[in-house]
Amino acid sequence: MTGPVIRFTGVGRTYPGPPPVPALHPCDLVIEHGEMVTVAGPSGSGKSTFLNVAGLLDRPTEGRYELDGVDTGPLPDRDRTALRGRRIGFVFQSFHLLANRSAEENVALAMLYHRVPAAVRRDRARDALSRVGLDHRRTALPRTMSGGERQRVAIARALVTRPSLLLCDEPTGALDTATAETVLETLSGLHAEGLTIVVITHDPVVAARGSRTIRIVDGVVS
Amino acid sequence: MIVEPTRLSVRDLIAEALAGILQRPGRSLLTCLGTVLGVGAFVAVLGLTATASGQIGSRFDALAATEVTVEDAGVQDPSLASTPFPDDAESRLARVHGVVGGGVWWPVPGAGVRAAPVGAAAAGQPIPVLAVTPGLFTAVTPRMTAGRTFDAYHQQAGARVAVLGAGIARQLGIGSLAARPAVFIGDVPYSVIGIVDAVERMPALLVSVIIPAGSAPAIGAEPGEERPRMLIATEAGAARQVAAEVPLALRPDAPDMLTAVAPPDPRALRDQVDGDLGVLLLMLAGVCLVIGAVGIANTTLVAVLERVGEIGLRRSVGARGVHIAAQFLAESAALGTLGGLFGCSLGVVTVVATAGVRGWTPIAEPLAIALAPLIGLATGVLAGAYPAYRAARIEPVEALRR
Repeated sequence: MTGPVIRFTGVGRTYPGPPPVPALHPCDLVIEHGEMVTVAGPSGSGKSTFLNVAGLLDRPTEGRYELDGVDTGPLPDRDRTALRGRRIGFVFQSFHLLANRSAEENVALAMLYHRVPAAVRRDRARDALSRVGLDHRRTALPRTMSGGERQRVAIARALVTRPSLLLCDEPTGALDTATAETVLETLSGLHAEGLTIVVITHDPVVAARGSRTIRIVDGVVS
Repeated sequence: MIVEPTRLSVRDLIAEALAGILQRPGRSLLTCLGTVLGVGAFVAVLGLTATASGQIGSRFDALAATEVTVEDAGVQDPSLASTPFPDDAESRLARVHGVVGGGVWWPVPGAGVRAAPVGAAAAGQPIPVLAVTPGLFTAVTPRMTAGRTFDAYHQQAGARVAVLGAGIARQLGIGSLAARPAVFIGDVPYSVIGIVDAVERMPALLVSVIIPAGSAPAIGAEPGEERPRMLIATEAGAARQVAAEVPLALRPDAPDMLTAVAPPDPRALRDQVDGDLGVLLLMLAGVCLVIGAVGIANTTLVAVLERVGEIGLRRSVGARGVHIAAQFLAESAALGTLGGLFGCSLGVVTVVATAGVRGWTPIAEPLAIALAPLIGLATGVLAGAYPAYRAARIEPVEALRR
């Protein structure tokens, strides 16, 4: 794959009013393969809007967004959904694990919509769990796991589809400092293996872990 | 195509729906309770109606439905004989298709009966005497404790022989035929040739002295106030046909003189039972089903709101709105089908239990049992449609915010 993972050209998002709220001012931005970029800023600064736009959960109101060289603007919803499912892995602050499924089933869920046979899904889920060091918790239910373990299951779920981009929204927001450290180490390890990672955070300590930090203040990217 | 679209195979869809149901077993049970009751009521109503009317049917089929009575229509014509039945009534009757047997009978008015050789007239009630043609015995299938019935020979010869009902034999002190007992009707002696203790029809025979109709004129035992009648046993299902044909077969010259009475058509009766009971109870079952559907719709809608996070996650890993809708629809359809299956079993158990208590033969309505799970399925799909639509409309951004 040539070209950057993310290329924003004048991308902005304004919520319709009245009065219209420019949550993200038009900006240019390039994130290359293998980067670990942190996006930092206080709450309400437009980080979530950035995440939604970059994660194809929301459409920008202006500008051109290319993901892996694909212009996402003219794509119909069906293709945006497919692109999101195949190229982006999400890690959320609140984990979003299904309470009644084992760790392995939660990870396998990421491939449910991808034309992958169930047996292959299971094997890949197992591999992904061992990449985040959770071999021994394969059959555990989320409620029996610690916060750090749950977030590592979520990371495994995000990377099991071999995405071009791991998009993490406050991955340590619900964790204490020590646990957060294990999660960040896991992310750093994946970065070292060549994965492109974007971490959105309000925590300067976390922000410092990136190879590059983007700041957003009042919707302005710098 | 820039990127291969995401999809959800039917197998995965079913697996996801089943997982969704099995992981909340308590809630799933409560959700499908309404459908269970509705479908159960449906199956039970149809089964019970079938059982009850089958019961009515079997009673009628047994005896009453094969019995035809021919009566004197009461047309008084002095130019005709005193009895509307011709002498060869039995041979005419035998040629009607569907007839098992039959004979003419009338009570002999004012006959005094006493036993010989005991002498004295029996005290108490006057003893009825019935003049019958021998074909009647074929119709009533008598069980004899001793001797035999009389036949066409006795009838033609006007033989003075009598068959006693078991009750009368006891009353007259006649226990066996070894002593060649006789009874006197008026002053005319009749030899007792048989004692009958059970009949399938016309129990009056058991408390009567039965003499051949052919011997009656000689002793002045013509029909009195009570007109002669004919009792006919028919083959199963032939009663109405026989009733329609018999007057003409017996009296082609004046069929109006005879009235044939057939039993009520069991089918008509059955339909009536079906109609009365069935409609009311089926409406009840319908109400149950509607309540069941509303229950599923309500719970599924609540589940959609509870599972917004899950919806968001699924959207983020590539599920399209239609996949989400399909999943919720499949869950409610499966719940409905489960409810239909449980309800069907419950209905069958109800029918069997009721029949058992009442000593009836349980009859299942096969169509109802085949339809029951489908009705459940339809209920589930209908009830799940709106929640599924709502779930599909939830925007991923919205869903992931919580």
